[in-house]
Amino acid sequence: MSGVRVLVGTRKGAFVLAADGKRKQWDVRGPFFAGWEIYHVKGSPSDPQRVYASQSSSWFGQVIQRSDDGGKTWAAPGGGITKSAERMPQGESNKFVYDVSPQTGKPLTTHQWYDGTQHPWEFKRVWHLEPSLSDPDTVYAGVEDAALFRSTDGGTTWQELAGLRGHGTGPQWQPGAGGMCLHTVLLDPGDPRRIYVAISAAGAFRSDDAGRTWRPINRGLKSQYIPDPTAEVGHCVHRLALHPARPRVLFMQKHWDVMRSDDAGESWREVSGNLPTDFGFVIDVHAHEPDTVYVAPIKSDSEHYPLDGKLRVYRSRTGGNEWEALTKGLPQRDCYVNILRDAMAVDSLDACGIYFGTTGGQVYASTDAGDSWAPIVRDLPPVLSVEVQTLP
Amino acid sequence: MIRVELPPHLRTLAGVTDEVALEVTGAATQRSVLDALEARYPVLRGTIRDHVTQQRRPFVRFFACARDWSHEPPDAPLPAAVASGAEPLLVIGAVAGG
Repeated sequence: MSGVRVLVGTRKGAFVLAADGKRKQWDVRGPFFAGWEIYHVKGSPSDPQRVYASQSSSWFGQVIQRSDDGGKTWAAPGGGITKSAERMPQGESNKFVYDVSPQTGKPLTTHQWYDGTQHPWEFKRVWHLEPSLSDPDTVYAGVEDAALFRSTDGGTTWQELAGLRGHGTGPQWQPGAGGMCLHTVLLDPGDPRRIYVAISAAGAFRSDDAGRTWRPINRGLKSQYIPDPTAEVGHCVHRLALHPARPRVLFMQKHWDVMRSDDAGESWREVSGNLPTDFGFVIDVHAHEPDTVYVAPIKSDSEHYPLDGKLRVYRSRTGGNEWEALTKGLPQRDCYVNILRDAMAVDSLDACGIYFGTTGGQVYASTDAGDSWAPIVRDLPPVLSVEVQTLP
Repeated sequence: MIRVELPPHLRTLAGVTDEVALEVTGAATQRSVLDALEARYPVLRGTIRDHVTQQRRPFVRFFACARDWSHEPPDAPLPAAVASGAEPLLVIGAVAGG
């Protein structure tokens, strides 16, 4: 029987929530990596037993963990105990070093700091792991300070795709409130050479040659909080989403504004429509309906909680502009949680499941495309990310 | 043998439950002890000191024989009691929230 596995990253560890295809009874496993911040956990589309996790701490830095049994057991790739102290150290799974080589890298330039001065690039953590659509050993990592890395050996070693950071606009990028992070990586299922990324606060970028060269794709975005509201870069994009059957159509939750592109990011138009507020972090697309889109409106950039204390997901069945509130099973009073940018996902069962996690530690699931909701768990640490694997 | 006591997070990461004992060749210094520690537990590379610069991470401190060694040069000899294994080198995560 088919099933789902919900992979949850939290401020204090990771959790794996598993159910059969009915999605009624949930087995909750964890915490894994207790006490560490788990920014993201994601499974390989080509091997569901292969799962990657980003584990970090302010004290001890970044470690990549990998599971080869669907999240039951974990290990840092290449990080095991060596047999003798004389042997050369291995274990590069946590080594994210910006590429400054003359052959492939660029001089490590500076980026814009909060006060407008230039600031050196400094690696802090991995925000997002995006496994390849076809090879379980290939995985991309979006990091802070913003850059894209790739591993082709199952997360053991990492190499920067330096054409992104070095393509020319890097000195204009600046951190958002959460840091200068590359938080979204979308792989085009129709074109293995096309990759989209998004950076706060720089904007969206696209590569058409498997990550070697990049260019900004932010035409049509307007951001009132930067000196030139229509600048080529500097936009605080919170999240991108696409439907696999229609990968040239992109949806974006920007700092303010929900946006849509029908030409692979060449141009954008606003589709916020009747949303009560168009600030938010998450955005996702129904697994079987490319024009059904979900967002979770948040009151404002200073008040990171739902309007009026009512937790509402909004759904558009028209690809934007016309939105309906989904409230059944969600708290409609005294609710002041946030839903962070990586904390919504969909499964691909016949009745599409939608999942999201909150900073209050709840993970909600809907098994009817958002019509009704129920919590899988209520009391986890603050949820940073939610991903779903649909199992055969 | 030189004894090193790790903070709980790093013990978990290295898969050890108690202090670790290391053979260190040459003089016992911060650098030689950390080299031996990372050689035996590669997963600890980058967690105590930066991968590239080898600088101590800002929230990590070293103590030995009731003294803070965090700001000593990495090649300065550690106390004789640490070199002989009578006392451990303590690796401690600074108290800074969490």
